[in-house]
Amino acid sequence: MADNEDAGAPSEPLDLVRLSLDEIVFVKLRGDRELKGRLHAYDSHCNLVLGDVEETIYVVEEDDNEEETTRTIKKQEEMLFVRGDSVVLISPQA
Amino acid sequence: MLFFSFFKTLTNQTVTIELKNDIRIRGILKSVDQYLNIKLDDIEVLDLDKYPHLSSVKNMFIRGSVVRYVMLPRSEVDVGLLEDATRREAANQAGKAR
Repeated sequence: MADNEDAGAPSEPLDLVRLSLDEIVFVKLRGDRELKGRLHAYDSHCNLVLGDVEETIYVVEEDDNEEETTRTIKKQEEMLFVRGDSVVLISPQA
Repeated sequence: MLFFSFFKTLTNQTVTIELKNDIRIRGILKSVDQYLNIKLDDIEVLDLDKYPHLSSVKNMFIRGSVVRYVMLPRSEVDVGLLEDATRREAANQAGKAR
């Protein structure tokens, strides 16, 4: 394992997530869902707790002409636990 | 272990659980285990018209793996404490990996 603790440079993937604690993160989930919120906790399974979350759900609908349209549903939550097995990616938001 | 301890601090609080099949259930969090299985009391199913088969259920055990979200009462979550515990857990994990 990397023993070099130099200047806090990310040395393993979850270090990137650790540096995002108490910052706004973008989370992509299974089932065409995305979250944006403040990261308060995570573990090695990518279980998360987010505060002031906006959830976006993408729903694809087929109309009578068999044309597909994407509808988005937005929801707000003040404090949310997310189970890690739904998480696809976690990205720091500038 | 972090989230197991975290949920233990939330016992007897009202939470809303969203399952991976979109059912949302509100109830009192009675207990939790290391797999984040959850026991809920005095439950109420949101969108009951969509899921009428649960109308007579009053309490339930939820297998941790079918949970998508748990909506928590903000007032019961100490975010400072949670972030400190997360950093401690991250340091522990890093120590184990070496």
